[in-house]
Amino acid sequence: MDKQILAVITVDRDKVGGGAPIFYAQDEEELLDTAVLISRIFGAAAHDLHNGVFVIVKH
Amino acid sequence: MKYLITLVVATSAGFLARLYMLRRDYRQYPSYPQGWAIHLFLGFIGGSIGAVIVPAILEGDYSAVSFLLLAASQFREVRNVERQTLGAMEATEMVKRGTAYIEGIARVFEARNYLAIWVALSVAAVSELLASLGYWRVVISTLVGALMALVLVQLMQGDRIDDIATVELVEVKFDGALAIIGETVMMNVGLPQSRQVYQERGLAAIISPNGPDAKATLANLGQMQAIAHDVSSMIGVFMDVGEQEFIPMVRRNPSTGSLHVLMVPSERDEEAFLTAIRRVPVLEGAIRKPLTSVAGKMVD
Repeated sequence: MDKQILAVITVDRDKVGGGAPIFYAQDEEELLDTAVLISRIFGAAAHDLHNGVFVIVKH
Repeated sequence: MKYLITLVVATSAGFLARLYMLRRDYRQYPSYPQGWAIHLFLGFIGGSIGAVIVPAILEGDYSAVSFLLLAASQFREVRNVERQTLGAMEATEMVKRGTAYIEGIARVFEARNYLAIWVALSVAAVSELLASLGYWRVVISTLVGALMALVLVQLMQGDRIDDIATVELVEVKFDGALAIIGETVMMNVGLPQSRQVYQERGLAAIISPNGPDAKATLANLGQMQAIAHDVSSMIGVFMDVGEQEFIPMVRRNPSTGSLHVLMVPSERDEEAFLTAIRRVPVLEGAIRKPLTSVAGKMVD
């Protein structure tokens, strides 16, 4: 597969669901921290969906 | 050995022509001694084939001529070897060359052996035509060989981006997480620290094609990848393995046909960045000329 969502990180439980692993963050700060860590672990890019949700995508 | 002088002079001319052409492409290819040895030896073989053809014809030994031409066709294999080598090295490149660029390089390497044969052939022919002049023929045929090599190399010189487009520096802007160049959204940079790197060290440029032909050429994906690869190999990239957000980006603006380049170089030097883009070769396989067709002219 060409591109794949490896993880979803969010502060809003109502906005997410589905197949990819989901990480819940308490606040914006934790959201960013988790996004950095997970994107570095996978060597993937973190994308901000502008609604309190980050997706980690392998390109 | 009445053909000794001709053979020696022509073979050396072919060999030296190959050496001269090899010196010109260190950027496309890292200059490693083994690669040089391979190509110089092939140049030597090419040179001797070109050199031997003339005496063989003069002696009326046409079966030898056919065999020599058959041997020359073996140089096709050079292209395969180059393709395989570069293809195998592709996995180790931080920014990929892309298959179109690899094809282009492989083709150039094959063609250069034929040029060496042409040079040797012309030197041998001149040397034999002027056989009555004694040692003066060595001087004259050497000059002819040098001229031939210069002309052929000049003819083989392809265009550069500078010849088909204008390159301008533009500012990198962010709308939330979206990196924007001109009007075009390039990518979504999620992490604030990465956005900061782009704002502090990032460089962006717009490559505007000079006409419909250039527009069609720049639309080639292989050409876009070649720009990303070449620019980053010339001025370096600020990234580590796995830092996907710093991979150089080349995107096309569909309405204008211009290309937008965004990258974080290892040193932020605007002039070097623009020069690097201008000097990227236009790939032979990417060149399109829609204006030569009836429909293309109607659209223009």
